[in-house]
Amino acid sequence: MSATSITRATLFKDLRLEWRSKDAINAMTFFSLLVVVIFSFSFNPTAEESRLIAGGLVWVAFLFAAVVALNQTWARELRNQVLDAYRVSPAPAEALFLAKALGNFLFVTVLEIVMTPLFVVFYRLRPLGTGWQLIPVAVLGTWALVVNGTFFAAMSIRTRSREIMLPLLLFPISIPALIAMVEGTTVILTGDASPRPLIVLLAVYDVVFTTVSLILFEKVLHAE
Amino acid sequence: MTLALLSYALYEALVAAPTEQTMGDVQRIFYYHVPSAWTAFLLFLINFVASVYYLIRRSDRADIIALVSAEVGVVFCTVVLVTGPIWARPVWGIWWTWDVRLTTTLVLWLIYVAYLMLRRFSSGSQTPLVAAVLAVFGALDVPLVYFSIWYFRTQHPSPVIGKGGSLDPRMAHVLLINWAAFLCFAFLVCWSRYRLERVRRDVEETQALEALLEPRSVS
Repeated sequence: MSATSITRATLFKDLRLEWRSKDAINAMTFFSLLVVVIFSFSFNPTAEESRLIAGGLVWVAFLFAAVVALNQTWARELRNQVLDAYRVSPAPAEALFLAKALGNFLFVTVLEIVMTPLFVVFYRLRPLGTGWQLIPVAVLGTWALVVNGTFFAAMSIRTRSREIMLPLLLFPISIPALIAMVEGTTVILTGDASPRPLIVLLAVYDVVFTTVSLILFEKVLHAE
Repeated sequence: MTLALLSYALYEALVAAPTEQTMGDVQRIFYYHVPSAWTAFLLFLINFVASVYYLIRRSDRADIIALVSAEVGVVFCTVVLVTGPIWARPVWGIWWTWDVRLTTTLVLWLIYVAYLMLRRFSSGSQTPLVAAVLAVFGALDVPLVYFSIWYFRTQHPSPVIGKGGSLDPRMAHVLLINWAAFLCFAFLVCWSRYRLERVRRDVEETQALEALLEPRSVS
């Protein structure tokens, strides 16, 4: 089997699992809904203010929600020793990692598609800049979170108290991506400046960390 | 020797160095702040190199060096983050500002604290590998952090920063002596911590071996 077909097989397996259980999606959506409601109670912003804070709000909600899905990525494979089976199988580790990262990417994207209208309604958002530029920011930003998150989730299942370990590793490393996402969104919403340099920064971040993850994942998978 | 150098550096910093014109004696904290920062950055660099070396060669020594340099680096980085605000309060009038250098140092500190937490929480034989991987991620992250914050802050310029101008050669002299002293001190701490870690690992290994042998000797 080629690496592509392994990636596809693993990805479809995960999607089917998720489609039947809907664990990750339900937990993430409800979690971010709670964040939206609680934030709007705590700040009670006007339309002008919410334009300034919404970028940060949306991404913090998505980041926290994504951790829920990311934690399950590998923990699910620990039951029935599936992870050990991966380890002894001759399938390339990169293909497995890519499948997992793509799966998480799809989950978080679905979450974003579901939640964005709610954000718009609750916070009365209307972008003053060019709205379609939110799409590259969202896609690159989501990939940045997910690629590192999938990698660190694989690392944190090797620790005690793994549920706590993932955010502890992910958040410090994601700071540049988070800044670029939040700033990019805010700039588009307020229409103050061009988000182009931020999109470039996100792209660089994605390229760097995708490469490193693909190179180092094999070592983490086979760590003993 | 380290002690002598440290006390000489202390004397130079507190007494011999000329008092800065506008800031007064508060400026003397500079002789601790800057050398600590340089030492911390150097230690983090050592950590990165040792981690990469570990990933390639799987050498136990490289792992201990990485651990030790991260620990001591975090301590020096803490010194930087503590002395900075003490100086900033009288000079800038505020404790903290989200300036690019301050923020980058803070993020650096966060990354390496996460590194140490990972080492704490992970179990047994996987620790060095997982930690080395994280160290590589962290080191790659640093330039990105710098650029992102640089961009972030040029969007919202902060009113306070005013660095630049030249340094009095006598001050530079004191600064370098302090740095030498700090480096010696850091090296000394690292070295003793290295020995301690080695002994600890040897003891653990012996205990594990004994535990293996014990039931056999009973039966």
